[in-house]
Amino acid sequence: MTRPGPLLEVAGVSVRFGALIAVNQVSLSIGHREVVAIIGPNGAGKTTLLNAVSGFYHPYEGRIAFEGRDRTHLSPPDVAALGIARTFQNVALFKGMSVLDNIMTGRLMKMGGSFLLEALYWGPAKRQELEHRAFVERIIDFLEIQAIRKTPAGRLPYGLQKRVELARALAAEPKLLLLDEPMAGMNVEEKEDMCRFILDVNQEFGTTIALIEHDMGVVMDISDRVVVLDYGRKIADGPPSEVRSDQAVLDAYLGVAHE
Amino acid sequence: MGRGGDLKAATESTTASALDPERDTFPKLVRDNARRLADKVAIREKDFGIWQAYTWSQYFEQARLIALGLASLGFARGDRVAIVGDNRPQLYWAVMAAQALGGVPVPIYQDSIEREMEYIIEHSEARFAVVEDQEQVDKLLGVRARCRHLQHVVYDDARGMRGYREPGLMSLAELTELGKKFDASHPAYFDAELARGAADDVAIICYTSGTTGAPKGAMLSYRNLITTARNAAHFEGLREDEEVLSYLPMAWVGDHVFSYAQAIVTGFTINCPESAATVLADLKEIAPTYFFGPPRIWESILTGVMVRVEDAARPKRALVHFFLRLAQDIERRRLSRQAISLWQRLLYPLGSLSVYGPLKDNLGFSRVRRAYTAGEAIGPEIFLFFRGLGINVKQLYGMTEASVFVTIQRDGDVRLDTVGTPITGVEIRISDAGEVLFRSPGVFQGYAKNPEATRETLDGGWIHSGDAGFLDHDGHLVIIDRAKDVSRLADGTMFAPKFIENKLKFSPYVREAVCIGQARPCVTAFINIDLAAVGNWAERRNIAYTSYGDLAQKPEVYELIRGEVERVNASLAEDEVLRGAQVKRFLILHKELDPDDEEITRTRKVRRGYIAQKYATLIDALYSGQDRVQVEAKVTYEDGRTGTMRADVVIRDVGVPAPVAR
Repeated sequence: MTRPGPLLEVAGVSVRFGALIAVNQVSLSIGHREVVAIIGPNGAGKTTLLNAVSGFYHPYEGRIAFEGRDRTHLSPPDVAALGIARTFQNVALFKGMSVLDNIMTGRLMKMGGSFLLEALYWGPAKRQELEHRAFVERIIDFLEIQAIRKTPAGRLPYGLQKRVELARALAAEPKLLLLDEPMAGMNVEEKEDMCRFILDVNQEFGTTIALIEHDMGVVMDISDRVVVLDYGRKIADGPPSEVRSDQAVLDAYLGVAHE
Repeated sequence: MGRGGDLKAATESTTASALDPERDTFPKLVRDNARRLADKVAIREKDFGIWQAYTWSQYFEQARLIALGLASLGFARGDRVAIVGDNRPQLYWAVMAAQALGGVPVPIYQDSIEREMEYIIEHSEARFAVVEDQEQVDKLLGVRARCRHLQHVVYDDARGMRGYREPGLMSLAELTELGKKFDASHPAYFDAELARGAADDVAIICYTSGTTGAPKGAMLSYRNLITTARNAAHFEGLREDEEVLSYLPMAWVGDHVFSYAQAIVTGFTINCPESAATVLADLKEIAPTYFFGPPRIWESILTGVMVRVEDAARPKRALVHFFLRLAQDIERRRLSRQAISLWQRLLYPLGSLSVYGPLKDNLGFSRVRRAYTAGEAIGPEIFLFFRGLGINVKQLYGMTEASVFVTIQRDGDVRLDTVGTPITGVEIRISDAGEVLFRSPGVFQGYAKNPEATRETLDGGWIHSGDAGFLDHDGHLVIIDRAKDVSRLADGTMFAPKFIENKLKFSPYVREAVCIGQARPCVTAFINIDLAAVGNWAERRNIAYTSYGDLAQKPEVYELIRGEVERVNASLAEDEVLRGAQVKRFLILHKELDPDDEEITRTRKVRRGYIAQKYATLIDALYSGQDRVQVEAKVTYEDGRTGTMRADVVIRDVGVPAPVAR
């Protein structure tokens, strides 16, 4: 099911913290089913841009449109309801809860019904719970985390926590998935696994993905398009092969003096 | 007879010649089960967190459709089908599907690297492959150019397969659809093909990863497998209501016999775990009645228990240790026919209530009626531990070439040091050189395309097992070691490496050990530590480590292992024959022995020749008095790439207790 026009349209967005302009008039668009990497040196404004898209920060200027509708000033829950899910740079799981329960929270947006019925686990509430559980089990199977289903999230090694976070984001059945450094701190094998999962998600569920990543090998391997930020500005945007040889990008990464 | 019908021992003992032509192949037997036991569960698989069940009639129908799908692709009688993946109902069906069309399934270890896979596919001339998922498909596509016969690759799990456009590649769902269409246009085809199968056709080729040389493909006929499976089921009183966990590699003849041959012959239920990582949790949920595992599985379960016990609070720990010691002591006395004191008899029920019962329940052994350990000798302490809990673990001696079963310890006649008596139909003889020879209805048809190896192993119907052993005065078989491994030290002392290694491996901290000593002045050992157990031990002592290699070389770990080696030496000192062969020096290897590096086989048997060659510098250092040696090792990653590892390995001396004069 492809609709005309991009899925996400960011037009001239700036985010300021007092006098600091973290994101400076950035425009980019992400098409349906695309995998787009956002890269840039530390402090380039990547996470801030992601936060603006997910409604955590509101842009000082510019507009953000999702599926062609303006939604610049929505709150995070409203953004989530639209079909945008995300993972965090620093893992943000409920550490005392089991992996299964953590992933179930990703379904919260889809759950309705009365508190009383939920508490009694009766009638429609029971049916609903079973449906959601079945969906979550598909994700558990997909991400191969069956063995840790009942393990408290806080006891898992970092690489697995990242995977559980991805599972929770997927549980919301997002149209757009924002991944903030999904492979930070992982070893080579974990990175390869994560790459495969990201590509599989993109292929199997048709989910559009925007990710921030520092590992250039990974970025070049899995993304259809790369957007480069430096000091809050977009300095390049194109397929990996082009971006790799772009002079502005090389300068940003090799540390040419800024005037 | 339905599920609730009365359950009698399902089979009669059968002689080699008497197989009903209506029931002389597995597909025919499954058809029979589908009629007799139509609604009885044949196979379960944990999928999406739930145990999904398939009845015998579903089993038959699924396999039938797969077979017809293969037929529509031009499957011819005699075609070989490679089967690769974890234990999945679909793969067991594929085994039957191939057999129903007169083909021969060739299961391959799912963790094989491309080179191994290529060898077996090329050697067996497989035209078809039915595999589990993308991982296996990738490996097959990687070797396909060099496998001249391989034309069709069928995969079960479609995940990640969307972008694949290679010719001859399709999903099992697509194949089943083809099967339905083919069925509509050829309604009599399947039954006709099924009827053409006969008892003496080759049913399966199991490639054995020998400790030397290239794998050899042992061909087993339906008669071999059905007769042996029946005889063993009869010998052991297996019933239709057994529950089995199918968790060992499908390429291992043991799984083929327990999860396929015996399941079909007796009609019992097999259960496929959710994934390799969930086996222990699934074991607990299923609580099988019939269980089999090589010693390493029993070892790892024991290690898991001990690690958790060490983490418990002090009073609990003391309680558990007290009762476990009691149980082992009682069991040791019972097995050696010694008296058990009244005090111990009174305490045991208390132990059952507080420790053994809950522990068995937690491990999933609360319903086990019989369990086997096979494949290697098991450490006596491990054996006593499980038997002490009240789990009927018995030793079994078997070989691929014998359709597994040669001897089993009968209920009530279990010993520590024997592997039991021959099952129905098996004859045993000891050659003049001390090698175990046997003959049985299960004796295989030879190695595929390898008459030379067949001649070496099969002589006038007798199989040369390659094991040194003897029959004791009660007719029990005792295995000493691999015949070619038993040797002497430079001073003439007898040296049986595996005997010492098994003693070392009983320590929860030792995962693998390799002893060296042939024509040397003394015995030395390579040790692999158990990362889980030693890691846990180190954490409790605030010893920081980064990796296996780092942990292995910690002085504290060396002290720990030295204590374990000394304990083994003390026990060796009590053995009259072997007391001269105590371990004088050891080192902890900087890496784990790995089948990918060809150091051990996929069934975790040590390949001595290869290790001696690969680690020659380490062995020299062990005998030269150095206390440290530098080593460079080639490692093979799972995807077949190789890399080099450099490490400094420490060598330690061990105290040798003076032989006890008796």
